[in-house]
Amino acid sequence: MENSEVDKGRRRFLIGATSVVGAVGTAAMAAPFLNSWNPSERAKAAGAPAEVNLSKVQEGQLVRVIWRKKPVWIVNRTKEMLDNLPSNDPLLKDPGSEVATQQPDYAKNPFRTREGKEKFLVLIGICTHLGCSPTYRPELAPPDLGADWKGGWYCPCHGSRFDLAGRVFKNVPAPTNLVVPVYSYKNENTILIGLDENGEAA
Amino acid sequence: MRKKVIAFAATLLLPVSLMANSGGENLEPANIDLHDHKSLQNGAKYFVNYCMGCHGLKASRYNRIAKDMGLPVNPKQTGKTGKEADQVADANAKLITENLIFTTDEEGKPSSLGSLMLSSIPPKDAAKWFGAPPPDLSTVGRLRGADWIYNYLKSFYLDPKRPTGVNNTVFKNVGMPHVLWELQGWQKLEEGEHGHHLVLDKPGKLSPEEYDVVVRDLTNFLTYVGEPAQLVRKKYGVFAMILLVIFIGVAYAMKKEFWKDIH
Amino acid sequence: MQGLLNWIDARFPLTKVWNEHLAEYYAPKNFNFWYFFGSLALLVLVIQIVSGIFLTMHYKPDAEMAYASVEYIMRDVPGGWFIRYMHSTGASAFFIVVYLHMFRGLIYGSYKGPRELVWLIGMAIYLALMAEAFMGYLLPWGNMSYWGAQVIINLFNTIPVIGSDVSTWIRGDYVIADATLNRLFALHVAALPLVLVALVFVHIVALHVVGSNNPDGVEIKKLKDENGIPLDGIPFHPYYTVKDIVGVGVFLLVFFAIIFFGPEMGGYFLEHANFEPANPLKTPEHIAPVWYFTPFYTVLRAVTLSPFMGTLAMFGAIVLLALLPWIDGNPIKSWRYRSKAHTINILLFAACFLVLGYLGVKPVIPMLKELGTRMTEIYFMFFIVLWIHSKPGKANFVMWFLILAAVIVGIDLFRYNPEATDDASQIVWQWIFPIGYLALTLLLPGVVKSFNTEKIVPERVTS
Repeated sequence: MENSEVDKGRRRFLIGATSVVGAVGTAAMAAPFLNSWNPSERAKAAGAPAEVNLSKVQEGQLVRVIWRKKPVWIVNRTKEMLDNLPSNDPLLKDPGSEVATQQPDYAKNPFRTREGKEKFLVLIGICTHLGCSPTYRPELAPPDLGADWKGGWYCPCHGSRFDLAGRVFKNVPAPTNLVVPVYSYKNENTILIGLDENGEAA
Repeated sequence: MRKKVIAFAATLLLPVSLMANSGGENLEPANIDLHDHKSLQNGAKYFVNYCMGCHGLKASRYNRIAKDMGLPVNPKQTGKTGKEADQVADANAKLITENLIFTTDEEGKPSSLGSLMLSSIPPKDAAKWFGAPPPDLSTVGRLRGADWIYNYLKSFYLDPKRPTGVNNTVFKNVGMPHVLWELQGWQKLEEGEHGHHLVLDKPGKLSPEEYDVVVRDLTNFLTYVGEPAQLVRKKYGVFAMILLVIFIGVAYAMKKEFWKDIH
Repeated sequence: MQGLLNWIDARFPLTKVWNEHLAEYYAPKNFNFWYFFGSLALLVLVIQIVSGIFLTMHYKPDAEMAYASVEYIMRDVPGGWFIRYMHSTGASAFFIVVYLHMFRGLIYGSYKGPRELVWLIGMAIYLALMAEAFMGYLLPWGNMSYWGAQVIINLFNTIPVIGSDVSTWIRGDYVIADATLNRLFALHVAALPLVLVALVFVHIVALHVVGSNNPDGVEIKKLKDENGIPLDGIPFHPYYTVKDIVGVGVFLLVFFAIIFFGPEMGGYFLEHANFEPANPLKTPEHIAPVWYFTPFYTVLRAVTLSPFMGTLAMFGAIVLLALLPWIDGNPIKSWRYRSKAHTINILLFAACFLVLGYLGVKPVIPMLKELGTRMTEIYFMFFIVLWIHSKPGKANFVMWFLILAAVIVGIDLFRYNPEATDDASQIVWQWIFPIGYLALTLLLPGVVKSFNTEKIVPERVTS
């Protein structure tokens, strides 16, 4: 303390060096801790692609399956339902499915399905607003939903509305269309949810 | 002076250390190699064919052992990219499903690759047949150690006094029958001058050398299953040691520098 | 930055606390190797709390699921095995560090006035730590967990009259069961960590009031410069922070070497018999507590008068440690300036503690059983000898030697049973241990003067 020739630069360098190595070590040690919050092998196994047989889904019917603990809807849409879809376009927030996160590229079309399989709509049944599961309302113009209603989903939590392609209407709380999950056809009548030509869903 | 005291303390400990060596059976070393994929695959094959009827590995999943045996079923773990990765993973998945998965799910389809390796026997029935339910073997590699498993599987001999007709020199009066008999054949216990030893009475399908390989591979597989992390942890350890040595180096230089102030 | 600091200081004594406990806390400048273990104990506490919290996120305190959930952590949880090994290795590391920390206090007389409370609080931490470790050991629900807990909780059975009711109450069932697991889990993850952290805080507060001892046992506060700063003191920060960082590095090197290259540590940190789920119908062939309990476990086994006496002896062995400040009345703190006989006494005590620990993991055979008894005798005599050494100038060492030797012989006569040949022959020849101990610590200083001379304690710390 009596010596005044303290080499401040050297000290600063050594403090810096120790801090940097210490920080690298701490980060390396923290990594497995943070990583432990990711889905475990058990969760991944339970979240493996779900197989659904379409032959038993009747026209106009919606079936629910569970994939990764989430409800997934499969709707066998009638010709009338498909024909009615374009008439909703002016009332929708995102009629062209421009928001890329809401569907795989192969479902970015007016029907939001794979080509050639327009009848079968596959959706994750969770409202894009705050995560409730909307109610299936396929009927035309029911009194509570108004004369313009051509079938779709109505969310009981905050009143968001979606058409029969899962597209969100204007002036409702939900910001985006319902999500179309990654899916593929194993054969003519069997659908695999969570798996497509790019591999398993992330 | 202090040296003398330490020397005295050491003599205090001497009789204790002499005692430490006594006890314990003489087990032949198993000489396994946990990084030998072929051996692990062979061990897994024998396990599901001969053991899994009764013993599960309920902490383990098919896709995990597949990956650790060098047959990853996830394209991302194949070390390849694009189409090729998919093809390799698909081929591996087919291999695993056809050769290792004999259990089915509720719908009667083969258990999925991500499912746990449960045994096919209901534990209650097994308890009735063998006196006690056959234990799950997920951690047997850590409970017994490789050498024990290796020796145990080689030490069954005919003993008419036992309900199963066999006994074992490593595990006295064991409740388990000799499930590998068709491979090994039957052994007899012979009393000799230097205690007892086992001799082959009726040969099985395999020669003693071939049987030895099967048992070693089984042991290898069970030892691996006991702690899958042992395949990777040493690799991380080397990295941690290097980093810490560097850290100690700079920290020590920093301490030296600051302590120049102190007289 | 300064503005923010001023803002905080007006509302919270941040700068004041920083100065009082680090930047202007004056520690003796002659700390040596033994002084690393206090800060290391703090580090291990943090490691245990953090790794423990993350284990709690995946573990299931349910008798049906506990064992499987630990294996789930080891295999299915990303990074899980690393977190689990940190926690299991940390438990053993905690005791290694704490034992070395306590040995430091013993050799340099850190328990003596004015630091009696620091020592007592420290002993309370040690007790809480043992309870914490015992409860944590049940959680993997392996067979050793189960039977170890069975044995330890049954210690309460030995209490006369109310014993079995007490142990049933602790278990919440007639054997160790789901209820026991669930309550010990709650205590392990919530109650005892709170107690431990609080005690550690108080331990440090008490220490910083009286100031740290040092290898010379000199009170640095007696000699101060014109600014009131001890002449032999240096600010804890930066000098001891930079020094302790080196200690942390070396400690972590060993710690991670164990985690990555040998987490079972040959069956001492993770016992082999615990890799089998708890089975109330089958005791492991060889049941031994984890290594850090074994010295006291041997004392328990050695005292065979009655089970209750055994339990009392075991707890007494710990209580006596807490009473050290009042047993050792010698004004000289550090062993550097005390007699050679005192040094021998402490070293033999340490050796005896190690042997007791070693015996606790070994099966009982006549020779080791007798050795356990002999080491237990030495363990307890240490405190008497220490008390005799309080006044080395006045004590009649030869007389004390004869008295204590007579006590040992008396106990031997009481125990001697020629019918039990194995035990009897062991009693006869192992008689050398306690008598040898007494000869070295009492007879030697009584006869050879140089073993009883104390040195003059310097005014200031050396080097």
